[in-house]
Amino acid sequence: MDDDKVFKALADRARRQLLDRLCARNGQTLGQLCEEMGMTRQSVTQHLALLEQANLVSTVRRGREKLHFINPVPLHEVYGRWVRKFEEGRLDLLHDLRTELERKQE
Amino acid sequence: MTDRSASFVYVTYIRTTPEKVFEAITRPELARRYWGHENLAEAWTPGSAWCHVRTDAARTVDLVGEVLESAPPRRLVLSWANESARADPEAYSRVTFDIEPQGETVKLTVTHEELQPGSGMFNGISKGWPLVLSSLKSFLETGRGMEL
Repeated sequence: MDDDKVFKALADRARRQLLDRLCARNGQTLGQLCEEMGMTRQSVTQHLALLEQANLVSTVRRGREKLHFINPVPLHEVYGRWVRKFEEGRLDLLHDLRTELERKQE
Repeated sequence: MTDRSASFVYVTYIRTTPEKVFEAITRPELARRYWGHENLAEAWTPGSAWCHVRTDAARTVDLVGEVLESAPPRRLVLSWANESARADPEAYSRVTFDIEPQGETVKLTVTHEELQPGSGMFNGISKGWPLVLSSLKSFLETGRGMEL
């Protein structure tokens, strides 16, 4: 279920762009994030809400401002589940090949 | 004055209890199983020194600092610097662990503040925390951490 939210949140160019912008500069306000996005404040708010539900963005209140931070933790969980698993087979294969070749050299 | 304006906020939701999260951070025999390091302190009480020690044979001390606040199992605040910079007051950043129960899960928020933008510590922790926190989640939910 959490994976679904992460993939859904990432399946949109504007939301990926918001993550890139937070990656470049963490802890921005809604107003800062709206600059150069070429969309209404309301749309940006909606995109940020989806990112927050997927736990890809966390927010902190500082006085009157709400600051947005990129939270890559769920990306690592998705990576562990969906990427690393498929790489392991390939790495095992390379490892076996190396062991085999080194044994022949002895 | 040194620019120490950078901060990060990391959040993970873990199916466990606040007590177990607090123990996983503060008990060396647990931390070594998902962090590749142990966190050692004489006591996890304000004013105590703490250090972050590699679990390899050399037992290298990577980080040092002081316990600034401690309210088990809900909150722990540490100062945090590279061991090599321990004498430089400007090198210390600040890490807060907030541990809140939310239904059947625990929301763990790690706030790392007062970092120098672009510094070695800034780059290191921005790669490190997401890995450590997903490994911690895996450890508490499945009994196995991830290889770091």
